[in-house]
Amino acid sequence: MSYLAVQGLSIQFGGLKAVDDVSFEVAQGEVFTIIGPNGAGKTTVFNMISRLYTPTAGRIVFKDEDITRLPVQLVAARGIARTFQNIELFENASTLDNLLVGRHRHSSTSLVEDILFSGRVRRQELEHREAVERVIELLRLQHCRDMLISGLPYGVRKVIELGRALAIGPELLLLDEPSSGLNVEETDDMAHWILDIRRRLGITVLMVEHDMSLVSRVSDRVLALNYGKIMAVGTAQEVQTHPDVVAAYLGT
Amino acid sequence: MHQPVKTDYSQDLRLFRTAGQVWSYAALAVFLLAAPILFGNYLLSQVVFVIIYAIVGIALIILSGYTGQVSIGHAAFLAIGAYTAAYCQKQGIPFVVYFVLAGALTGVVGYLVGLPALRLHGVYLAIATFAFAFIVEEILARWESVTNGNEGIMLALPDLFGLKLGDTGFYYLCLAVVTTIMLGAINLLRSPTGRAFVALRDSETAAKSMGVNPARYKTRSFAISAAITGLAGVLYAHKLSFISPEMFTLSLSIEFIMIVIIGGIASLRGAVFGAIFMIMVDPVLATLKDDLPGLVANVVSVLGLNGGGAQEAVARVVNAPGLKSLIFGLIIIFFIIFEPFGLAGRWEKIKLYVRLFPLYKATTFKRQKMYLKSERGR
Repeated sequence: MSYLAVQGLSIQFGGLKAVDDVSFEVAQGEVFTIIGPNGAGKTTVFNMISRLYTPTAGRIVFKDEDITRLPVQLVAARGIARTFQNIELFENASTLDNLLVGRHRHSSTSLVEDILFSGRVRRQELEHREAVERVIELLRLQHCRDMLISGLPYGVRKVIELGRALAIGPELLLLDEPSSGLNVEETDDMAHWILDIRRRLGITVLMVEHDMSLVSRVSDRVLALNYGKIMAVGTAQEVQTHPDVVAAYLGT
Repeated sequence: MHQPVKTDYSQDLRLFRTAGQVWSYAALAVFLLAAPILFGNYLLSQVVFVIIYAIVGIALIILSGYTGQVSIGHAAFLAIGAYTAAYCQKQGIPFVVYFVLAGALTGVVGYLVGLPALRLHGVYLAIATFAFAFIVEEILARWESVTNGNEGIMLALPDLFGLKLGDTGFYYLCLAVVTTIMLGAINLLRSPTGRAFVALRDSETAAKSMGVNPARYKTRSFAISAAITGLAGVLYAHKLSFISPEMFTLSLSIEFIMIVIIGGIASLRGAVFGAIFMIMVDPVLATLKDDLPGLVANVVSVLGLNGGGAQEAVARVVNAPGLKSLIFGLIIIFFIIFEPFGLAGRWEKIKLYVRLFPLYKATTFKRQKMYLKSERGR
């Protein structure tokens, strides 16, 4: 079996078939990108894999386990982390606390232990802090460690969201438009981090992205969606030159 | 500016981070322990009310401030705690037992009230908790075999391990309870559970994707908040020595919400500030009522005008019915507009001002404020 397999995935919102019979496989350790015009269903596919939406048909299999009906809050425990297109950070908490929430699945203390702040809680907190500090160092977030998210600029928030996903300690990382709203320099940093994450941490990356230069720099394989259907799969080069894809973007 | 140097992550887990904090809290502890000597009977009794209100404030701050769940039914939790105490004392059950029992019982009720919160948000949740409070009020009035209906129940001050508590003893009991609850709340909010609460408040979608189970943590927050309020209810009943259903109405719930709005919803300290404010408003208003007309009359007659007429006019205004509600309403409006973080927020700003003294800029907090204003506009 493959690492992540999506088979015949479909979802219908009323009369609209947002995603229609989409199947693809992601191999362990690759960077797999989904592209497509606005409204093609890219984020919807993401929302189904991270279980925010339940598909009307099809299966999602991750490491030989069918996760099509898994409750959302258990997805993180399987090692799947995600970021959001429109940034869903915890606005009125510090960067540090945001990243620490990512460690939630690693804490095993009971409510009573938490209220007493027992030795076990203390030890786990120190472990979490260390893990989070490693992420902070990787993404160079030291300057805003104790600042509230609500006072931080967009570009930094985007990086913090990546950091929070990394704090989960994922195997599979879903990035929803990591470069949207970033300037050229920040996009460049993002590309380096994505490659770093794959190379140094061995994390498989599944990504939705519009910026084709970023896509061709980091992706091993690209899938193009339009109106919920697959147009093409292949390397960035192959997909970019595929006649259907060109037609979808430029019009015929 | 004094910045403690950090060399270890465990420094961030300490309750007191600087020597200054240790000393100021030690001073506060000494002051509170010496209160029965320093204060007269009246003031001491006011302090006990402050403590009880502060406990409810802590409960609401955990639920509304940190978990983002609205409740205008906390008077009902207080009532359940209070009636448990009254009923159990009549049956001769020891204080320690029914104190714990009241906490557990309100905790369970809070858990059940929390279940609808999984589907309801904002105003709809507020109405659900409001309805719950009405139901409890009605039950208290009708279930006469236990609650004695509208006639109410008398209580005595509790016996603690066979020791009959007087006013001073009861004050120390309240002090011990509030200290324990405060420490527990601080611990809870800095633990993974507290972070899960904050996560659910700010973005439920993201919280779920981080592995936070919304059902578990929302109901937990409700249960904890209710249990704490129930414990406050036990103390409240003993303090008042008489309870009846009409004491636990909507206006009491709203008073509790005012505690956290005025005190500051984002910090546990706010519960204490808000409680002091709420309890002190009444005596201050009473003093004003007595003294203001005379004062104005004096001033006016010094100016050579009709003092008696002015005195009468002012007396009419200060004795107008509903004046207290009007003042409370204005206070709430002003706090929400000018200091959304309440007295606790103001306290932080004053501290920063003193620390930075010659360098403080009026714009230091501008950005946050602008952000909050735009949020409200949405």
